[in-house]
Amino acid sequence: MTSTPKHYENILEIKELQTSFFTKELEVKAVDGVSFTIPKGKILGVVGESGSGKSITALSVLRLIEEPGKIVGGEIRFKGENLLNKSESEMRSIRGNEISMIFQEPMTSLNPTFTVGQQIGEAYKIHQGLNKKQATEKSIEMLKLVGIPSPEKRVHQYPHELSGGMRQRVMIAMALACDPELLIADEPTTALDVTIQAQILDLMKDLQERLGMGILLITHDLGVVAETCDYVAVMYCGKVVEFTDTKTLFKAPKHPYTVGLMKSIPPHDHDIEGDLSVIQGSVPSPAEMPKGCRFAPRCPFATDMCRENLPDLMTDENGNQIRCWIYSDEWDGDPEVNVHAETERTS
Amino acid sequence: MFKFIIRRIIQTIPVLIGVSILVFSMMHLVPGDPAQIMAGESAPKEQVENIRERLGLNEPLPVQYFSYIGDAIQGDLGNSMRSGREVTEEIGTRFWVTVELALYSTIVAVFIGLIAGVISATRKYSFADTSLMLIALFGLSMPNFWLGLMLIQWFAIGIDLPSWVPFISDTSWFKPSGWGSFQQVVLPVITLGTGSAAIIARMTRSSMLDVIGQDYIRTARAKGVKERIVIYRHALKNALIPVVTVVGLQFGGLLGGAVLTETVFAVNGMGKLIIDSIMARDFPVVQGTILVVALLFVFVNLLVDIAYRFLNKRIDLD
Amino acid sequence: MSHSTEHIDNTRTVEPSNPNPNSNPRFKNWKIVFRKLKKNKSAMIGGFFILFFIIVAIIGPFLTTYAPDTQNLVNKLQTPSGEHWFGTDNFGRDIFSRIIHGTGLTLLVGFFSVLLGATIGILLGIIGGYYGGRTDSIIMRFMDILLAFPGILLALAIVTVLGGSLVNVIIAVAISSIPVFARIVRGSTLSVKKLEYIDAMKALGASDTRIIFKHIFPNITSPIIVQATLNIATAILSASGLSFLGLGAQPPTPEWGAMLSDGRNFLYNAPHVALFPGLAIVAVVLAFNMLGDGLRDAFDPKTKE
Repeated sequence: MTSTPKHYENILEIKELQTSFFTKELEVKAVDGVSFTIPKGKILGVVGESGSGKSITALSVLRLIEEPGKIVGGEIRFKGENLLNKSESEMRSIRGNEISMIFQEPMTSLNPTFTVGQQIGEAYKIHQGLNKKQATEKSIEMLKLVGIPSPEKRVHQYPHELSGGMRQRVMIAMALACDPELLIADEPTTALDVTIQAQILDLMKDLQERLGMGILLITHDLGVVAETCDYVAVMYCGKVVEFTDTKTLFKAPKHPYTVGLMKSIPPHDHDIEGDLSVIQGSVPSPAEMPKGCRFAPRCPFATDMCRENLPDLMTDENGNQIRCWIYSDEWDGDPEVNVHAETERTS
Repeated sequence: MFKFIIRRIIQTIPVLIGVSILVFSMMHLVPGDPAQIMAGESAPKEQVENIRERLGLNEPLPVQYFSYIGDAIQGDLGNSMRSGREVTEEIGTRFWVTVELALYSTIVAVFIGLIAGVISATRKYSFADTSLMLIALFGLSMPNFWLGLMLIQWFAIGIDLPSWVPFISDTSWFKPSGWGSFQQVVLPVITLGTGSAAIIARMTRSSMLDVIGQDYIRTARAKGVKERIVIYRHALKNALIPVVTVVGLQFGGLLGGAVLTETVFAVNGMGKLIIDSIMARDFPVVQGTILVVALLFVFVNLLVDIAYRFLNKRIDLD
Repeated sequence: MSHSTEHIDNTRTVEPSNPNPNSNPRFKNWKIVFRKLKKNKSAMIGGFFILFFIIVAIIGPFLTTYAPDTQNLVNKLQTPSGEHWFGTDNFGRDIFSRIIHGTGLTLLVGFFSVLLGATIGILLGIIGGYYGGRTDSIIMRFMDILLAFPGILLALAIVTVLGGSLVNVIIAVAISSIPVFARIVRGSTLSVKKLEYIDAMKALGASDTRIIFKHIFPNITSPIIVQATLNIATAILSASGLSFLGLGAQPPTPEWGAMLSDGRNFLYNAPHVALFPGLAIVAVVLAFNMLGDGLRDAFDPKTKE
């Protein structure tokens, strides 16, 4: 709320973002030309297996990529302004204030040597210049908001005195303390019990509606996407392969990888990371990235064309995007191909 | 917490008993007749008998032990063979000299070690990191008695500087021996503290690197906390926890290292007392002083354990 | 031998994580360690210098111009020159030659005191860790008692009892290094003991000695190797300290610590007498510390290749 209100429709626009990790021998392109947008007050889900670059994308937005990683190209427009042009101190005044982040591991994401109140209050001290007493009062309000019982007592407790679900609520309280316009949530429920997962998601959705912020939700769980998100970007090997609104995605997924993901949703709230038995093979290692479509080696429909050439991200008349040769005019495989057909399983 | 302290104190009792038995047996494990050794090889027979009588060496061993311990608890560690004075009296002020030496050295070592460790960790693989860790490796590999001799030569005897060096012509600022004045304290403290500074620097570096990689450091950064505050508030507070144990152990280790340092600098502390008494075959003083140093070490370890527990309770109680 | 193959087959069945029955995971680990070690500068430099000192210790004494204990009082306390590279001491003895002759002593003292201390410490640690209960607590309490004597003090007390000589220094330093090994080995034994296959071995009726030496010991070698290397450095420092105090090697033995002690008296007019033996100690100790650091990194599965 510090900058002068400008006209912008999308709270976040990422264009051709490239983030790489450098070792002596090679450059690993963890995020390789990712583009997507989040309209004001909407929730975008980014889905993919581990290693797809979704978490790196999230950290890139806050420019929290650490050595040997580096953002090497693209734009990250927040409220119309490119964050990559901001100075480090400008970024600091945005972090935790206008854009904040919740992490996957509530058990390790809170500092064990500070009380809950000190950790939430720090955001107020930094961004709003409040003193200790005011910060504590505000922290108690936030704890109340995220549904923590007896917040006056909890505010003086240390993280180890709270359960995992409680800690994630504290993380949310900390993230929302300064009323951010964009919240980045990196697998916020993965480390939690199933029942707690639902509570935390409900809380986030509820707060999002009340506070009107945009959310970038990173997850590998399509079930979470279906329940929470307005839009979905499916990522594979550092690239967006499909970007559409949630309804369309679930009604008619287009990319063979998305289709595979859908089929692998376990009957009930099971952790699927690294266990996509429906899709054969595994994510290629960065050193052996396929030349053509990244998914070609695992794709049941892949042709030589797919293996040789990387498809572009194509946008259809409704604004939905897809990165797959099947939907291009040049497709050289079976023109009648049906990606939803049951593929034979060879395992 | 209170229960922990009590339990920890009770745990030290068998250690104290063991230490006292070992120290007591020293005299009896020496090959030959302790009375004869103490009197000297050519001493007349009645003098040897006299010593035997005075030290109660004719009694059965358990009786001797219990009377030794009984007296020790009451603050009587026997009498020096050399001076005839009470051992406790001989130790007297020397106790504080050694404690001061070890304490100053620890403080200097902690100060230098922490700064070096933090600088190294925050600039991993930089020139500063590499040089600091190389210096630490040297500090760790240097015999402190040799370092002491070199310091005496350079800064007490002094080296003549070439005439183009402004203001100073030689470097004989410090005293090569004794204890008390600033000029006497500096060199022994550096001598004794260097090894510990090196160990603490290495420990702090690895502990900091460990903490800097933790999720909650990323959380702090994501909150917009300044990098300096991330390091000195969020990271250092956690990194210090394991360092505390090392510091405690170092203080104890320095009590032992003081033997060499005090010998080099002729500091009249417990370490030098032990060596002088060993040379003079003055067993009651050797035993008494070693016992006191060991007890002091056990006591310091007790304090460190409690301090560690106090700092670490938030993590431990999980 | 059929008996032993049966055991090996059985271990394999309880280790489903080993996909290729022909690849021995332990052997593979050693290969990784060795590869990491080769890339570790500190380890390579340390190892190279240790090798160098060993060669000096073996052939050096045959090459020196002066005998280490030939006195030449006319030439006493000479500063370093082409004639006497490191100068001469108060008896006119060639310091360079004495240092060369003392190299072997230093290495042997370091090596044997660690060998002795480590052997006893490892045995006590394995017994304590494996059997647990009363045996364990008695052993560990005893270690606590030894550890209550800070730093060099325990070795000092032992040497006082045994009398000053180089052999007694080895014994004293060995005893004072027992607790470190006992503690490390006990800790590692406890964690290996928890592994499922040890239970399986027991269920199959393997004897305790067999389990300890065939299955536990090979799994805890890496911390032992690292500690032993670093401990040689400490042992050399302690031993030379004891000799410096006059409680170790007796004159005219060219032991470096004792030489330093001689040099003490000539700091004013002949500082080189104390300088060179000290540098020699620093060099050897540094080499073992560097190798030890490198080994620790190489054995640490967290460090990348």
